[in-house]
Amino acid sequence: MAVFKLQTPISDEEIRKLKVNDVLYVTGVMVTARDAAHKRALEYFKQGKALPISLEGLAVFHCGPIVRKEDDTWTVVAAGPTTSTRMDQFEDEFIRDFKVRVVIGKGGMGKRTTDAMKKYGAVYGAFTGGAAVLAAKAVKRVKALEWSDLGMPEALWIFEVEEFGPLTVAIDSHGNNLFEDVKKKVEKNTAKIYEKLGLTG
Amino acid sequence: MDFNSYALHGGSTLEIESLIEDVGFNLLRLAVIRLPSDVKEALQKAYEAETSEAGRVNLKAILTNIEFAEKLNTPICQDTGTIIFYVKAGGKAQGLDKVEAALREATKRATTEVPLRPNAVDPFTRKNSGDNTGRFIPYINWDITDGDSVEITALPKGGGSENVCALGMITPGEGVKGLKKFVLDAVIRAGAKPCPPNILGVAVGGGADIAMKTAKKALLRPLNQSNPNPELARLEKELYEAANSTGIGPMGLGGKFTVLGVNVEYAHRHPASYPVAVAFQCWAARRATAWINADRTVEYLTHEVR
Repeated sequence: MAVFKLQTPISDEEIRKLKVNDVLYVTGVMVTARDAAHKRALEYFKQGKALPISLEGLAVFHCGPIVRKEDDTWTVVAAGPTTSTRMDQFEDEFIRDFKVRVVIGKGGMGKRTTDAMKKYGAVYGAFTGGAAVLAAKAVKRVKALEWSDLGMPEALWIFEVEEFGPLTVAIDSHGNNLFEDVKKKVEKNTAKIYEKLGLTG
Repeated sequence: MDFNSYALHGGSTLEIESLIEDVGFNLLRLAVIRLPSDVKEALQKAYEAETSEAGRVNLKAILTNIEFAEKLNTPICQDTGTIIFYVKAGGKAQGLDKVEAALREATKRATTEVPLRPNAVDPFTRKNSGDNTGRFIPYINWDITDGDSVEITALPKGGGSENVCALGMITPGEGVKGLKKFVLDAVIRAGAKPCPPNILGVAVGGGADIAMKTAKKALLRPLNQSNPNPELARLEKELYEAANSTGIGPMGLGGKFTVLGVNVEYAHRHPASYPVAVAFQCWAARRATAWINADRTVEYLTHEVR
């Protein structure tokens, strides 16, 4: 296990140094996007419309934060990750079209995303589910709020972050997927547990 | 307002409805910001004993997060849950007719003041009420007991762990073996989704609704208390070890700690039925309990309120 601290924009070369189980901290610009934002971004790309911000080399965060507005300034109160599997249907195209380098969420993602990460150079960083204050503390500033018509949780929040993490690299750009590895181990262990509980025979 | 300075130990002169509202508000605030000590201890022990690297990184992040939440007086997790209350009301207690309205007000107030994320959505219109109240929500579970005091517990229940709760109407022939298999399979199917390490509430018997309600209520029992029935305590230990042998680990990234504890309860069953319910609780096991005595003194049982 190695610890990496990367600054956005992150290059293809930099991201390919990461392997599953490594720990990553991201500094720079991060954009939140959930289902609705992914969907709209892909539609914009097809129509040749520019996004409010270029995502090249940045980190995208599956998150609907709790934010507070005081005198025109947004403060992030809590910003834990949401379940990433809901974005699986969009993420391969999202990585291809916008060249994001780090996708952050919880619960892992599937084969399509893993393949896209290998092909285009990106990683999935698992952030601890529920660790919303830890995440909020790493957000130094809300740079902008875009697509607020999608509703607060679904909007694009553009954060300036400092050492956002720890992120466990759970999918790397070499085709490895830690969640899939764990699933295989669990399958293997199940037979033994059944036996111990006296469920076989 | 700091809740530490908001002690209600002295006999309150408030109207009973306002007193209940204050207590409900304090319970929600305490619950979402500070975990009960048994949960914190279990997480700390898990961190010390975990051997997987990813597991340790995630448990450490959890412990740091808990500390930050307390220091900054902000909710541990952005999902502050569906608001559920358990009320044990002494039959001779005053103001019981006011409890429901008071707890609804407490919920609205906590939503703006703590703040809580508005999590009450109409299933048909998709409209979010914006204040965590709605039809049947906050949900109140009632027990009528002896005496003249009222015990109120707040359980803000997160959605990620709720989504993997499982009910099985297995056959009596499968019995306890079937129960064990059902629980283990539910844990494996849930995987990373309920933000492990989890607490499992397991209940058998009654009927479908009774089993599920009892399973969820089992989540209220502190982690350092086994079932007083030695046979059930053994079953709890066996299920705990089984779940922690799966290798799912903290946040599903692999490791020893998939669960922090398993609490088993039961009800008598119909001869033809064997309902088994598993209620999942994420590591952010938020609950807070207080007593309102007949003299209007208030005691907080799960949290220190100075």
